Amino acid sequence: MSQFMNFANTFLMWKEGPLIWISDVLIGLTSIGIIAVLVYFKAFKWLWKEWLTTVDHKKIGIMYIIAALLMLFRGGVDALLMRTQLAFPNEHFLTAQHYDEIFTTHGTIMILFMAMPLVIGLMNVAVPLMIGARDVAFPYLNAISFWMFFFGAMLLNVSFVFGGSPDGGWTSYPPYVEKMFDPGPGENYYIMALQIAGIGTIATGVNFIVTILKMRAPGMTLMKMPMFVWSILITSALIVFAFPALTVVLAQLLIDRIAGAHFFSTTAGGMPMNFINEFWIWGHPEVYIVILPAFGVFSEVVSTFSSKRLFGYSAMVGSMVAITFLSFGVWVHHFFTMGAGAAVNSFFGISTMAIAIPTGVKIFNWLSTMYKGRIRFTLPMMWTSAFIPSFVLGGGVTGVMLAVAPADYQFHNSYFLVAHFHYTLVGGTVFGMLAGLYYWWPKMFGFQLDERRGRHAFWWFVIGFNVCFLPQFLLGLMGMTRRMYTYPSGLGWWIPNFISTIGGFMMGVGFLLLVYQIVWSVRHMPRGVADDPWDARTLEWSLPSPAPEYNFARTPIIHGRDEWWYIKRGKFEQEFVEPTIQPIHMPKSSGRPFLIGLFMFVAGFGFVFEWYVLVVLGLLAVLVLMAWRSFEFDYYHHIPVSVVEKTEKALGRL
Amino acid sequence: MESAVNHAMIAEHELQHDVPLEFATEDGSLRVLGFWVFLAAEVVLFSCLFATYIIMHGMTAGGPTSKQLYDVKGFAWETFFLLTSSFTCGIATFEMRRGNKKGVIAWLLVTIAFGLGFLGFEIQEFVADVHAGATMQRSGFLTAFFTLVGTHGAHVSMGILWMTSVVIQIARRGIDSMTSRKMFIVSLYWHFLDVVWIFIFTAVYLTGKVI
Repeated sequence: MSQFMNFANTFLMWKEGPLIWISDVLIGLTSIGIIAVLVYFKAFKWLWKEWLTTVDHKKIGIMYIIAALLMLFRGGVDALLMRTQLAFPNEHFLTAQHYDEIFTTHGTIMILFMAMPLVIGLMNVAVPLMIGARDVAFPYLNAISFWMFFFGAMLLNVSFVFGGSPDGGWTSYPPYVEKMFDPGPGENYYIMALQIAGIGTIATGVNFIVTILKMRAPGMTLMKMPMFVWSILITSALIVFAFPALTVVLAQLLIDRIAGAHFFSTTAGGMPMNFINEFWIWGHPEVYIVILPAFGVFSEVVSTFSSKRLFGYSAMVGSMVAITFLSFGVWVHHFFTMGAGAAVNSFFGISTMAIAIPTGVKIFNWLSTMYKGRIRFTLPMMWTSAFIPSFVLGGGVTGVMLAVAPADYQFHNSYFLVAHFHYTLVGGTVFGMLAGLYYWWPKMFGFQLDERRGRHAFWWFVIGFNVCFLPQFLLGLMGMTRRMYTYPSGLGWWIPNFISTIGGFMMGVGFLLLVYQIVWSVRHMPRGVADDPWDARTLEWSLPSPAPEYNFARTPIIHGRDEWWYIKRGKFEQEFVEPTIQPIHMPKSSGRPFLIGLFMFVAGFGFVFEWYVLVVLGLLAVLVLMAWRSFEFDYYHHIPVSVVEKTEKALGRL
Repeated sequence: MESAVNHAMIAEHELQHDVPLEFATEDGSLRVLGFWVFLAAEVVLFSCLFATYIIMHGMTAGGPTSKQLYDVKGFAWETFFLLTSSFTCGIATFEMRRGNKKGVIAWLLVTIAFGLGFLGFEIQEFVADVHAGATMQRSGFLTAFFTLVGTHGAHVSMGILWMTSVVIQIARRGIDSMTSRKMFIVSLYWHFLDVVWIFIFTAVYLTGKVI
């Protein structure tokens, strides 16, 4: 018994109090609930066959999106706990340690396990359909990417109830996170979760570069691609060139922590600032990895709902490419206060401001697309319209203010910065991904989301967002620094903090309304909507909703931008490569990607607690699974013509 | 040289005839391009490790410096083995293009042998360093040194395992559109590791012997 209590106190953290106990109970109940539902509906086989082993890009995309929404909930609860703690001065709702853990998991989850999978989910769903492909270039690898992300996210979430969460902030700066100062397993969880998910992300980057470069339908030259596809091509290049830096810096930190080495220690020649440099060499491009796909979504949405072709297509492409190059030359602006000297800070200040130019070009292009268009204010368009002022004023203008190095000495690490990046990441990425989710929802599921309930969610979320973050600019200017777990009264910080907390809870209501809208629509919205409900412009809308497994029964020949729009208007004629339906070559499903993720989790867990038996077992299993794949030659199958014809007939296409 | 099994799987009309066999299927050419993109990511990975090593080169904390530590004979042999293995790997690709199954297998085995020789010398070097008290925990310089060179060594080990698997597959199936693609990609990997070694030889060992 005492042994058990010892275990419970060390690993299950039962001494930590009711928050942990409640979480334990909730996690237990949820797991029992999920298993009970699966048993009741005898759904294990269905789950395994249709989802866990799938290599279909559409299903993988949907799984990414579901996981991302769950993580949005987790990160959102973290945010509300923090806002509750800060609502009043001198509060002791959370201890300092708990507060540190919560802001760390909030940031880590929101960026890496919410924003990233939403982006990757949407690109999985849309890109192959938009370029006339039947899947991505490497479907099996795509499934591995997903399961690496999923089990990485699980690893981070397990930390909350087993061993303790990381507490070094999402940026995890040494020397604090060195073992000497931060001995628990928390930081190891952070390192391994990001490492596993990050490797999966690199594979996604490789996958989509090859998909977009090599698998476009004939006739679709690079400059005839939809803007969303351009944004994903560029994002994938950013992933391939930025994420290895994260891989390296995490590995170095892990080596420091588990081998007692001296990359970032304060003794024996370690250099903590090197971590910060390497981290932001990944971290700044990462900002564009999550924002450029949102720009792509806005381009599609604005053009569709203004019923006009996108204004300034080539300027749009040029500015995205310019942002890509500039994004690798600005990382020092995250730590002007390091004291690199006036010349270095000037260089990075100017390169940062330069990014405002291509970004401004894009904003004007969207506005010009809307100008004199017949605008339809559907949900995707509403989120886009909310994005423009939030991003330009809240994110962009304050970003240029932060880029002024001398002024940054005042803003650095204050709530001004916190407000700034929430305006870019919420006002840019989250609004953009929600716009994309609403836009492609009918294509994914074959029914639309209810407009009226969606508007309620929209107004609660957008108003709440501004109520939450506008006061934080003031708080920053009043001197409140980020990551303070409480503050004394009498500094004038109470009222803005209180307003901000109200806004935070309004966003929470908005999120619940969004969930309600989805649940309501699943139950009540009519199925079998038109294949092209938005009267849209690109190729995916020429397909049935939802698209069949093989996407295109025959490969289309592309004549120009907005191909589908001009086919509908009679300007282009619909043509196909194959005169009649041919057998279709498709990848086989496999359970191994799931198992690779699972065993990476086992190995990661071993690293967290330095239980090397688990590490060896996990990595050996991964190696065996990889070798097994290497000896597999028969990983494709053909869908015969009769089956394709039957499916197409059932969809009313023949 | 194609086996009957393979003909059943990849219909003749799906093979493109005016390119080398490894590019002849769509699957093959996608994978080769994908591997080049992956190598781009590897370049970034090694760049970060090189940058870390270069800035930490002087952080010896009173421990051994690179001048005292590096053994010319050892890294000269390592370089000889790895560069030669790249050459023999090139011959293996040449034999593959000629459709000579036995030649491919033989030259790949020679390549693996040279790779093992390289690893042997490297392990010997590391063991000697550790015995001399130059451990990873001694100083920032040694941490960076072992991580950079060790990461390359781990890549070579992985390459040997991978190449062994390719040899077995070619021995079983002969040279067809799939095994030739695998052989081509593992050779890309091998040559890439050689290029990284040239940088390690120059930036780590030669430079480290001078400054």
